[in-house]
Amino acid sequence: MKQESQPESPIPGTYMFDGKAAMKGYALNKMCYSFNQAANRAAFLRDEDAYCGQYGLSAEQREAVRERNVIRMIKAGGNIYYLAKLAGLLGLNVQDVGAQQTGMTLEAFNAKLRAAGD
Amino acid sequence: MARIVGGLTTSHIPAIGNAIARELFEEPYWKPFFAGYPPVLAWLDKVKPDLAVVTYNDHGLNFFLDKLPTFSVGAAAEYRHADEGWGLPVIQPFQGDAEFSWHLINSLVADEFDIATCQEMLVDHGFTVPMSLCWPEYEKFPIKTIPICINTVQHPLPTPARCYKFGQAIGRAIESYEKDLKVVVIGTGGMSHQLDGERAGFINKEFDLMCMEKIVDEPESLTRYSIHELVRLAGAQGAEFILWLAMRGALGNKVRKIYSNYHIPISNTAAGVLVLEKE
Repeated sequence: MKQESQPESPIPGTYMFDGKAAMKGYALNKMCYSFNQAANRAAFLRDEDAYCGQYGLSAEQREAVRERNVIRMIKAGGNIYYLAKLAGLLGLNVQDVGAQQTGMTLEAFNAKLRAAGD
Repeated sequence: MARIVGGLTTSHIPAIGNAIARELFEEPYWKPFFAGYPPVLAWLDKVKPDLAVVTYNDHGLNFFLDKLPTFSVGAAAEYRHADEGWGLPVIQPFQGDAEFSWHLINSLVADEFDIATCQEMLVDHGFTVPMSLCWPEYEKFPIKTIPICINTVQHPLPTPARCYKFGQAIGRAIESYEKDLKVVVIGTGGMSHQLDGERAGFINKEFDLMCMEKIVDEPESLTRYSIHELVRLAGAQGAEFILWLAMRGALGNKVRKIYSNYHIPISNTAAGVLVLEKE
């Protein structure tokens, strides 16, 4: 049993979506949550800057979205479940997102997943 | 009195919903995954449950960060799927059993689990994919369902030990219901996977197989992990294993394994399915 007093050591390449991240990422996540509605997806595609502005994204969050940079969005407080809705809207699936975050080609990322079953 | 006929667990990866919609059952990528389900259907056909109590997690369809309950229980006559934003086809609604829901809610709160209650609750792939896998002809042969949502979106997540105890309370609630109902408890999600960060694509076959073995006869050994340890061993989203532990808690001490299957990968995830009968 883990003792409460022991600090948890960080897990490399892993961002815990905790209260701090949830506060930091609120605007970005709220925008992504809005993409459950088709009309909102269309509005984003029509005028991305205006749509991001409407949700009050921080400069860092707007830059990350502009760059389609998922790690940067996560560091800016994005939660992967909400970001997946933005990724989907941009035509990226979770393997594309995985490849981008790990700096691998899509082929190499898929091969890594398959190899985990060996 | 109501009686628990058994429990099952299954992964709930969204890609499965797409594969079902496109009928990719025989494709080489999908065949070893779907081959895991005929024995599950055969078991369900044998035990013929009247009601499915399903522990799942919402991924940003029904709940947002404005109000995010740790445990929430459906109390509706019907549960609807809806557009999740990235193209999963919307499927038919599911029948609820509000009378049972309120019994469950009363019993859980009396048992010191202060849950949120939902008279309207959209269910996402975390709920719909397992239902489609287990009741492929739902429209023809519907079963009543009670969705129970557990937060896996925002830390702190409830601990494995807490989810196991929550499951035990669900079990007590089911078995104190006066009507003669046969109930199956379904735990969804998992197994190991991580979608976010430079560690994306993390899968841990050894840990998953250990969990699938221990959850049968030694579930309490798995409740000793912290969420942090679970994230380390099963990946950021592999922490969904807490939903399996809730199912297992509901079944009581002695169970018998009827069937299991494990396959890597489906999408970014190790997919597991397990059928347990209560002894």
